[in-house]
Amino acid sequence: MLSRTADNLFWIARYMERAETMARLLEVGARIALLPSAGHGYRSEWDSLLQASGTAAGFAKKYGDPVQRNIESYLFFDHDNVSSVATCISRARENARIVRTALTTQVWDALNTAFQEMRQLERTPRSQLELSRLTEWTMRHAAMVRGAIDATLLRNDGWDFLGLGYKLERADNTARLMDVKYYVLLPRADYVGSGLDNYQWTTLLRAMSSHRAFHWAYGGEITAGKIAHFLILNPQCPRSLLTAIEGATQHLDRLAKGYHTSTQAQSRSRALLGELSEMTVDDIFEEGLHEFLSRFIGDVGEVSQLVGEIYLSGVAR
Amino acid sequence: MATEYFNEMYEGGAVRAPYARLEDWMRSMPAELRQMKQAEAEDLFRRIGITFAVYGEGGDPDRLIPFDMFPRVFAQDEWRKLERGIKQRARALNAFLVDVYGRGEIIKAGKIPSRLVYRNEAYEKAVSGFVPPRGVFSHIVGIDLVRTGPGDFFVLEDNCRTPSGVSYMLENREIMMRMFPALFQNNRIEPVDNYSDLLRRTLASVAPAKCDRDPTIVILTPGHFNSAYYEHSFLADLMGVELVEGADLFVENGFVWMRTTEGPKKVDVIYRRIDDSFLDPLCFRPDSMLGVPGLMDVYRSGGVTICSAPGAGVADDKAVYTFVPEMVRFYLGEEPILNNVPTWQCGKADDLKYVQANLKELVVKEVHGSGGYGMLVGPKSTAEQIEHFAARIAADPGNYIAQPTLALSTVPTFVEEGVAPRHVDLRPYCLVGERIELVPGGLTRVALKDGSLVVNSSQGGGVKDTWVLAE
Repeated sequence: MLSRTADNLFWIARYMERAETMARLLEVGARIALLPSAGHGYRSEWDSLLQASGTAAGFAKKYGDPVQRNIESYLFFDHDNVSSVATCISRARENARIVRTALTTQVWDALNTAFQEMRQLERTPRSQLELSRLTEWTMRHAAMVRGAIDATLLRNDGWDFLGLGYKLERADNTARLMDVKYYVLLPRADYVGSGLDNYQWTTLLRAMSSHRAFHWAYGGEITAGKIAHFLILNPQCPRSLLTAIEGATQHLDRLAKGYHTSTQAQSRSRALLGELSEMTVDDIFEEGLHEFLSRFIGDVGEVSQLVGEIYLSGVAR
Repeated sequence: MATEYFNEMYEGGAVRAPYARLEDWMRSMPAELRQMKQAEAEDLFRRIGITFAVYGEGGDPDRLIPFDMFPRVFAQDEWRKLERGIKQRARALNAFLVDVYGRGEIIKAGKIPSRLVYRNEAYEKAVSGFVPPRGVFSHIVGIDLVRTGPGDFFVLEDNCRTPSGVSYMLENREIMMRMFPALFQNNRIEPVDNYSDLLRRTLASVAPAKCDRDPTIVILTPGHFNSAYYEHSFLADLMGVELVEGADLFVENGFVWMRTTEGPKKVDVIYRRIDDSFLDPLCFRPDSMLGVPGLMDVYRSGGVTICSAPGAGVADDKAVYTFVPEMVRFYLGEEPILNNVPTWQCGKADDLKYVQANLKELVVKEVHGSGGYGMLVGPKSTAEQIEHFAARIAADPGNYIAQPTLALSTVPTFVEEGVAPRHVDLRPYCLVGERIELVPGGLTRVALKDGSLVVNSSQGGGVKDTWVLAE
């Protein structure tokens, strides 16, 4: 397969996953904002959202103060924001147009429909658009694209590059979503385990559409430890870091097998998977959640970079 | 000017035989159904992504070319004659190209002025003396034809470089078959869908001598911003070959390679859809990012075949066009089956005088123009427009040719008010490799505006499915 084709497929998946994460982030923000303010001197909940999504600087430059409505615009509609839902969907569709021949009609249809509907949303007066409608809309279309890929695409190397894009982006995004919790973490230790603390954790679960799944898996009371376990180490959780890295490793293994050559990306991903498999929640809290997540985001970035060098740029080998 | 136009469906009040089974179909279609089908067709086109961007127009980059559901029909015997004529012309054009990059016999024989060839801007000195595999320069020859009477076909122009539009020929058929299956049961229509197989076979048959295995074929596109990008990817898809951009290719050790996820892969045949001047920045335009540095060296040493060959454009120039019948006689020793439209060359003093005196009656075109730009349709123009154009001709006569306003045939077409005759032309696609092939059909373009003779999609023309009836 052409390196450029693989590159475009990889990015279609990353953009679609990222669009979904942006929608989920907005959902987290909106729910956290429903809480009575935690008190003076805390960073705004909305600001934490911008920090976690890595869009704080761009936002500040354009709008200044983090006001909910502006944040919604910035994260959803703004084409100046490279990570906004609108940007992600346009780019995914543009990449799809370039590699139209590597996709089935159904996948193209799903991407193109999302793009066309997005253009309609952009023309709709904002006063008619509830935030919940926007987030649901995004998740529905993201699901349709994923579904079309799963149901219709040949299981060849193209499918692996799409899968790789999804898993690496998801690993990165779950880590960032959890990091939101760090940015709104209360500065004093006595808040830990308080009602507010738990409310925030629950919100995070809801944003991951994992609220009920969590109860099935753990039952009873929600604690920081259980949630961290669920979102980082539980192989049953579809969005956990472990599941995402496991998926990425499988795709890299399939590629190596298909191409009859092992790669550094594969061994790096395997090492990361091995590390996660042996970790406990205590290890993570000992390192510090934020520190652990930052390190993990860096590791995922390294795997992505290796994938780029080895397969997507046509430079290596 | 009252002109009688030949209506391809009706002659003397009676329905002509090829259209016999379409009259009932047309009459029995209520307006609501027609509108529904039209909307359905548009939806299909949009969903498949068949779009066409018009240069310099801005606006919607995903514009659809209007599709008219009323097909254009040829009887078997009409088509066979066209087919023979087109193949003959394609053979002559290729013989001409081999000749003018070689010994130049036709010029020595005084049949064509040397300045038209050697001073033509499409003449590539870079391939002088080079004979491409199987002596083929132009592998896909698009010949634009118009009809003025039952047996009167004229060649309007030859396209020897990268004629586009074949995806519409294939998609129009696909959509007609989906929407009106009964029509295809009642009419025996020859299929066109083997075009991609023939194209692939044609490209494979001109693999370079150095290729000792199944040739690797690619389509080279300028990229997804190009107006014909859809067609490029469509053809790559149908042939099962890679669609590459210049940056996907590189030259090393005397061969062309493409960058793949499994490392470099050798490329043998390039069906390029970019212009000569962008092929190789080392040989042509140094500022071009679209091409592949060193490509021409590999080409000239027989490491890769470029389709169509660089330099093929010298045969499809509007000034050279005048001499194609002469080429048929000179190289093939045959009488041309298809006629040229009488053409005046403003570069010649006598012709210029005639053109200047009769601008109101003539169609004037730029020698290198295309897409309906830079032309004057005398009878449809205002005095002011004519005056303006006259000045342009006077400033650079050699840049213009003129032809009489042809009475282009019409075919019934669905319009707002129902069905009305509209002018059409035809572009069949002739494939030249080890063999010369032509699928029974082509692209019929239709001028959707009442009375308009300009069918170009960039000028608001539409397209129709083109049928050739089986025996």
